Amino acid sequence: MNNLLEIKNLEIEFRGPKKRIPAVEGISLAVRKNEIVGIVGESGSGKTVTTLAITRILPSTAQVTRGEIFFEGNDLLKMPEEELRHIRGTKIVYIFQEATMYLNPLLTVGAQVAETILLHFRCSQKEAKHKAQELLRKVCLPRPEEIMLDYPHQLSGGMNQRIMIAHVLCSTPQLLIADEPTANLDLDTEEEILNLIFNLQKELGFSCIFISHNLGLIKRLCQRVYVMYRGKIVEEGALSEIFAQPIHPHTQALVNAHLRLTE
Amino acid sequence: MKVSLIIGILIILILSVVAIFAPLICPYEPSAIDQDSLLMSPSSKHLMGTDTLGRDLLTRILYGGRISLSIGIIAVGIATVIGIILGSIAGFYGRWIDSLIMRFVDLMLCFPTFFLILAVVAILGPSIFNIMVIIGLTSWMGTARLIRAEILSLKEREFILAARAYGASPLRIILRHLIPNSIGPVLVSAILGIAHAVLIESGLSFLGLGVQPPIPSWGNILIEAKSTLGIAWWLALYPGLFILITILGFNLAGEGLRQKYE
Amino acid sequence: MLNYIIRRLIGIIPLLFGITIISFAIIHLAPGEPTTQQEFMTPRISSDTRARLARLYDLDKPLHIQYWHWLKRFICLDFGRSLADGRRVIDKILERIPVTLTINILALVLILSVSIPIGVISASKSGSLFDKTSTILVFIGFALPSFWIALLLMQLFSVKLGWLPISGIKSLDFEYLSWSGKLLDLIHHLILPVFVSSIGGLAGFSRYIRQNMLEVLSQPYITAAKAKGLSRHQVLYRHAFPNALLPLVTILGLSVPGLLGGSVIFESIFALPGIGELFYRAVMMRDYNLIMAEVVLGAILTMLGNLTADIAYAYVDPRIRYGDGSR
Repeated sequence: MNNLLEIKNLEIEFRGPKKRIPAVEGISLAVRKNEIVGIVGESGSGKTVTTLAITRILPSTAQVTRGEIFFEGNDLLKMPEEELRHIRGTKIVYIFQEATMYLNPLLTVGAQVAETILLHFRCSQKEAKHKAQELLRKVCLPRPEEIMLDYPHQLSGGMNQRIMIAHVLCSTPQLLIADEPTANLDLDTEEEILNLIFNLQKELGFSCIFISHNLGLIKRLCQRVYVMYRGKIVEEGALSEIFAQPIHPHTQALVNAHLRLTE
Repeated sequence: MKVSLIIGILIILILSVVAIFAPLICPYEPSAIDQDSLLMSPSSKHLMGTDTLGRDLLTRILYGGRISLSIGIIAVGIATVIGIILGSIAGFYGRWIDSLIMRFVDLMLCFPTFFLILAVVAILGPSIFNIMVIIGLTSWMGTARLIRAEILSLKEREFILAARAYGASPLRIILRHLIPNSIGPVLVSAILGIAHAVLIESGLSFLGLGVQPPIPSWGNILIEAKSTLGIAWWLALYPGLFILITILGFNLAGEGLRQKYE
Repeated sequence: MLNYIIRRLIGIIPLLFGITIISFAIIHLAPGEPTTQQEFMTPRISSDTRARLARLYDLDKPLHIQYWHWLKRFICLDFGRSLADGRRVIDKILERIPVTLTINILALVLILSVSIPIGVISASKSGSLFDKTSTILVFIGFALPSFWIALLLMQLFSVKLGWLPISGIKSLDFEYLSWSGKLLDLIHHLILPVFVSSIGGLAGFSRYIRQNMLEVLSQPYITAAKAKGLSRHQVLYRHAFPNALLPLVTILGLSVPGLLGGSVIFESIFALPGIGELFYRAVMMRDYNLIMAEVVLGAILTMLGNLTADIAYAYVDPRIRYGDGSR
């Protein structure tokens, strides 16, 4: 099997006090080794829930009701929690949009990176700190020894996103899930972060799911794309095909919007 | 949480009906002394027993409920009116009037309410009227803050801007648009406020500084229970149970309503 | 941080001023002059006392002069003498503080050590049987009048079972007891009061912590912590717990007036010689000087409680400690 990740017929629903609202209705997708796959769709189309379901870190209100998620041949949905926990943060890693919200406000960013290192490697506090500092340098943060001691709220959104990326580099990931990592960043910072992710992907050779509502970004990074619309995958294929011949009306709208922007 | 709202409303309804129709329900007079039945334990004749003067406890509790509930409701009425007036003035006019009123709110919140109430009772003397007014005057701050916050957020919304553009007067805008929009949260805080007021009143009466005997109130019936500890358990149990159920009812209804509005 | 503290300290000056004005206004709330009012309430008051009161309040002078003199004495902690026994008010209050302080601190320790686990467990197992049961108990705890519970517990443990003393802070033979006997005697007397004064707080704090914890658990950084591969336990206690507990500092500061008010009720039920019981007696005897002193001190204590809580919060929360200046 050539696929690193394969999602089959995944269904997820939100459970309210009374109502059950379907969030994802039977989607299937695959990620090959060493490729960057895009998922594009408007907000609320089920992109984020799908990716959170992969390592079973959905909020308690959401639940997988059907489907299989194979990673390196094992069904993650059936895997014991303890075993899956060792895949999270090592083989499958995430970066999210608005990194500042995804960092614990009460801990210094250095402590948070060090925590991840300590979690997956046997080493002393001091070594972890040292390695964290190296990682901050690797993601091109200036004066890492000072930034280590800063709290998330003291850093800019772009810097915090670099911290998130440093988390990712604590191990050698197989799959990076990047959920709109450049949303709400200014254009220059967006460019820097995208380059960083792209270069790291080339260097380390991990696969990547890149989520965005911006087809332009997807076009620059990805070979293949899935178009999600209201909890379903409505179209998939190589980017060149999609751009040349969008079939689903939603895809057509996305393509048109992108073309208008670039004109 | 819908269940809690229903249970709460039911409790409030039953208590109110029983309190309103107490004279029709009760076979005894609340202050009818019966020398032959002093401190009788509960029986078919006196469902909740009698007190040291042979008065029927159930009757006194139901009549006491009239007093306790009306004090609670009127006190909260006073507090709500003050809160709405000061809160909407502060929220709508803003600037120095706002900061003046809000500093006053901060100031009032500095005083331990119970201390303030007791101090004023000491000066003006305990009477039902005084207690209602004092509880009202010391518990409007929450409502004022709430109304102010509500108005500040509503003020920025389009329909208010539109009303202003049409040239409607500020007062008209407040009355026609703002207050109806903030009535939900105010209702919630008023319902929860009644529970609080009933608790304060019964505490005051229990200390002998609230409703004065022979007028019964749940708090002052418990005074007698203290002197008959070990002799008449019913005197301690039932009045408190009524306080508990009342507060529970208002809290359930208030919280249930809050969830509905959120 | 230092700026913040200085700003807060300056902010309390108008509050202090306001507290004294309101308190002064309350003295003059009485129809007629305070002296005649007192005479009316306690007819036994001697003409000598009356003359002294008139001097104390400068009743012959205009209001603003009266206030100014009152304020000057107040700043020197001179609240005059008690009308009941002629002792200095400040002395009477000071000697009562240890009892109230002890009970409230013990109650707070009890409240925190029980409500934090309850709140955290309810939130982390939201919807479970434990959560549902504790929610119901919390609702009942909220609605329990403390004086009623006190009565019922006295009836059970003191009268029926005879396990605990009915009231007071120490037994009659206290002076003759050994060191450990004294301690045991005190504990014996404090069990019921501490428990009774904790009930409301137990309910309130459990609920508050549960809500905080639920809210924190839905924050993005908790998702991120899970994504890192932290265990459920680590996510709960290393990431969620500190964030959920942080606002508790403020709430502790805000609970000062409630504790003071509550102490009036349970100290008078259990006949404990604390400032609450002193206040109750003062009110019963219309002991003006004492009442005013306690109202003013209570308000100042509340204000200081809020201030301390705010500063402590600023200290523990890095978002305030280091401001939000982005680099």
